[in-house]
Parts: sequence; C-alpha cells; structure tokens
Amino acid sequence: MSLLLPDAGLLFWMTLVFLVVFFILWKWGFPSIIKMVNERKEYIDESLAKAEEANLRLANIQKQGEELLMEAREKQAQILREASETRDAIVGQAQEKAHEESARILSEAKAEIENQKQAAIRDIRSQVAELSVQIAEKILRKQLSTSAEQSQLIDSLLDEVASSKGTESK
Amino acid sequence: MKYLKHLLCMILMLFLLVPGAAASESKGGGVDLQGILWGHIKDSYEWHVTNIGDKPVIINLPVIVKTSDGWYTGWAEDFAEEPIEKGPHAGYRPCKNNPNLFIATKGNYERRIVELQPDGTEIRPLDLSITKSVCVLFIDAILLVLCILIPASWCRKHKVTDKAPKGFTGLMHMFVMYVYDEVIKPTLGKESDKYAPYLLTCFFFIFVANIMGIVPFPPGGGNLTGNITITFFLAICTFLVTNFSGTKHYWKDIFWPDVPAWLKVPVPLMPVIEIFGIFTKPFALMVRLFANMMAGHAIALALTCIIFIMATMGVILSSSMTVVSVGMSIFMMLLEILVSFIQALVFTMLSAVFISLARVHEAEAE
Repeated sequence: MSLLLPDAGLLFWMTLVFLVVFFILWKWGFPSIIKMVNERKEYIDESLAKAEEANLRLANIQKQGEELLMEAREKQAQILREASETRDAIVGQAQEKAHEESARILSEAKAEIENQKQAAIRDIRSQVAELSVQIAEKILRKQLSTSAEQSQLIDSLLDEVASSKGTESK
Repeated sequence: MKYLKHLLCMILMLFLLVPGAAASESKGGGVDLQGILWGHIKDSYEWHVTNIGDKPVIINLPVIVKTSDGWYTGWAEDFAEEPIEKGPHAGYRPCKNNPNLFIATKGNYERRIVELQPDGTEIRPLDLSITKSVCVLFIDAILLVLCILIPASWCRKHKVTDKAPKGFTGLMHMFVMYVYDEVIKPTLGKESDKYAPYLLTCFFFIFVANIMGIVPFPPGGGNLTGNITITFFLAICTFLVTNFSGTKHYWKDIFWPDVPAWLKVPVPLMPVIEIFGIFTKPFALMVRLFANMMAGHAIALALTCIIFIMATMGVILSSSMTVVSVGMSIFMMLLEILVSFIQALVFTMLSAVFISLARVHEAEAE
C-alpha cells in the first residue's frame, strides 16, 4: 500500500525542486527558445519568399533578354534584307541607266556616222563630178587639139542631137 | 559484417558463462525476487548501486528528520544494515546516534524511518531526508536545467540572421519546437505562449526523469516518475493550473450544464458528475504515468532476474533462458525508451487539453 501513498518528504523536495526548475525555465529557458525559433522560422520563410521572388525576377529578366535578343536578330535580318533589296535596286537601276545611256550613245554615234557618211557621199559625189568634168575637159581638149577632130566631134554631136530629135518626133 | 558475426559469437559465449557466475552468486539460497524488485522500485535512504563480491557499493545519503525532540541530521550509514532479531525492537534497523530512530522493515512504514515510542507504537516523523529518489530528483533537475538553458543561452547570444545552431543546441531547439508545435499550439492556439513554459517544463521533466530511470547505474537508475509522489505533484500542478485558469463559462458548465433540467434539479446529478470529473482528470494523469513507469521498471528487473532464478536449474536450461532473457531485456529497454517519450507526451498533451477545456469561452462554445 505504501507504494500508492505519496511520501511527505519527497513531496516537499519535489515541490521545491519543480518550482525552482519551473521558475528558471520560465524566466530564462523556454520562452527565449520559442521566440528565437519562431523568429528564425519567419526569417527563413521571408528569405524563401524573397528568393522565390528574385528567381521569378531573374527568370523574367532572362526572358526579356531572350526576347530582346530575338528582336535584335529579327531587326538585323530585316535590315540585312532591306540592304540587299536596296543594293539590288541600286544595281538594277544602274544597269538600266547604263543600258539607256549606252543605247543613247550608240544611237547618237549611229546618227553621227550616218551624217558623216551622207556628208562623205555628198563630198565624194561633188568631187567625182568635178573630177569627171575635169577629166572630160582634159579628154576633150586632147581630142580636139586638131581642127579635124573638132569638126568630127561637132558632126557627131549634131548627129546625136539630130537622132535624138528624130526619136522625139517619132 | 564479419566483425558482427564474431561479436555475436562472443556475446553468445558470454551467455554460457553468465549462469555459472549467477549460480555462484545465488549459492546462499533462492533469489529474493521480491526484495530486489521492491528495493529498486521503492525509495530508500541509501543508494545501493551494486555488489562487488560480498561488499555492497552504496552511495551514502543524508538523513534529515524532525523527531519529537527536535531535528536529527545524520547519514544513512548510521543505521544498522541488518534489523534487530530479538527483543522489543525486533524487525527494526536501529540508528547508532539516536536511540528512538529506526528504519522499519515491516509494518505500515516498511523501509521508512520511524520513531518508536516507549510503549512500542510507531510514529512517522517529518522526514526531509535526501533519499535516493530526492537525490535522483536533484540530478534530473540539474540535467534538465542544463539541457534547456544551454540552448536558450545560444538564443540570447545570437541574432536571427545567424547561422542555424548545430549539435545539441539544434537538437533541443527541434525537440522543444516539436512539442510546442505539435502538442501545445494545436490545443491551446492563441494562448499557447502563456501556458507553454509550464507544459514544456512538465514534458521535459517527465522525459528526463523517464530516460534517466532507464540508465541502470548512477547518475540514472532512480525510479522517479514511477513514484506516486512525483506524479501526484505533477497532477496537482495541472489540477491547479486548470482550475485557476478556468473561465466563467467553464464553471457554469460544471454547476449548471446545458442538459435537461431534471438532471440538475432537484437532484444535482450532472453537477456532481462534473465536479467528480474535475478530480478524476488529474487522478488519471497521476495513475497513468506512475503505473506505466513502475511497470516498465518492474518488467525490466523481472526479466533480468530470470537469469538468476534459472541459474540453479542446470546449464542448458539456464543458458537458453539467459539468451531469451537478454533478448527480452533489450526489447524492453527499447520499448521503455519509446514509453518514456510517449508518456511524457501524453501527460503534456492531456494537460494541454484540460487547460484548453477550462479556457473555453462563450463564443467558442456556441
């Protein structure tokens, strides 16, 4: 039965010790641990949230960077395309112009040549005429150096005229 | 793995040797199982550690008693080891410094110091001796204070932004917060900070005492939480805290609960049951912890004693029983560690629940 009955001496010491221990732990023990750990927890949660946010931001920045890069590439491609178009256009225009110019020069040259040719032909004609006149003169002078010859010519000429009159009258 | 096999072989060989040693030990007669059990479970004035040969190893403890003619202080060794066999004081261990003081070995005050009147009646004097349990209580209290103050001082010395603590401090932080977050917070909610120090002190006091009780040699080995005085005090504390923090609504529920009127008038059936309930709750706390821890100690001791009981019954039987006994003892030890934690937790949890029931408010109740 004594097993189930509280003992006064032990109860006295227990009361004393437990109250002292409780006071010490209440004053300096548990509250500071609980406070500290809870604060740490909050701090860690906060840090995690911040890290999350930073990660998100970083991801955003990366995304933006990539977008920027893509845009720049597109722009570059576009500029290159435009440049080649412009180049092609300029070259085409230049070629066209060159064509036109050459055609114009060619036609001018042709016209000039034609003119020159006509002038030359006229010149030659006049010279041929003059020469033939001179030659004819010289030949006449030589053939008509004697009076016999002169009268023969006059005769022949008269014949001719007569024959030509005769044909006309016919 | 290879070493493990060798080790196992060696331990088994040892088991074969144990019965021989045990047989020589108990040659003088049968094993006094009851004496061993009570000696370990109950309180005593000296701390009997072990026997080396025939010589007992005893830690001497002070005796402080208020007799009818003033205070007596002395040591446990002042009392004779064996009781007087004949005469009017037969069955009492006399004190060599005071003719009236004896340690009874029979009767109502067995193992307690009594003062014998001239007519032979026993008087139990006011006994504030540092008994084995009190000594263990001091050791456990110092250990508990150290275990909590070291991590707590870390908290005061460090800022929130410092690195997390390692080792023992980290473990204790985790342990304290486990009890706080899993037991106290869910039950008490907003008021947890107010009651947390008491509940945590209870938890760690019980836990340290339980664990130290499992350690089979000093500074452990005392049966503190298996002593009804300790659990009685803890239950009283919870009782006081519960009823002093009771709200108006709590008392109204006890004296005028929401039940049909014929249960309250003319015979106050429900109030009587409720008032009875106030006392049964802490009583259950007291008995649960006490019975669990005492039974644990008793079983552990009984299993160990099997070796000595079987020692006289032949080598084969005793050897095989030794193996069984050691196996069972290891199992019981591990179970006791679990029980130590669970009982501490259960005590704390139920205390928290009782307090939260007493803190009920009108709005919450509806």
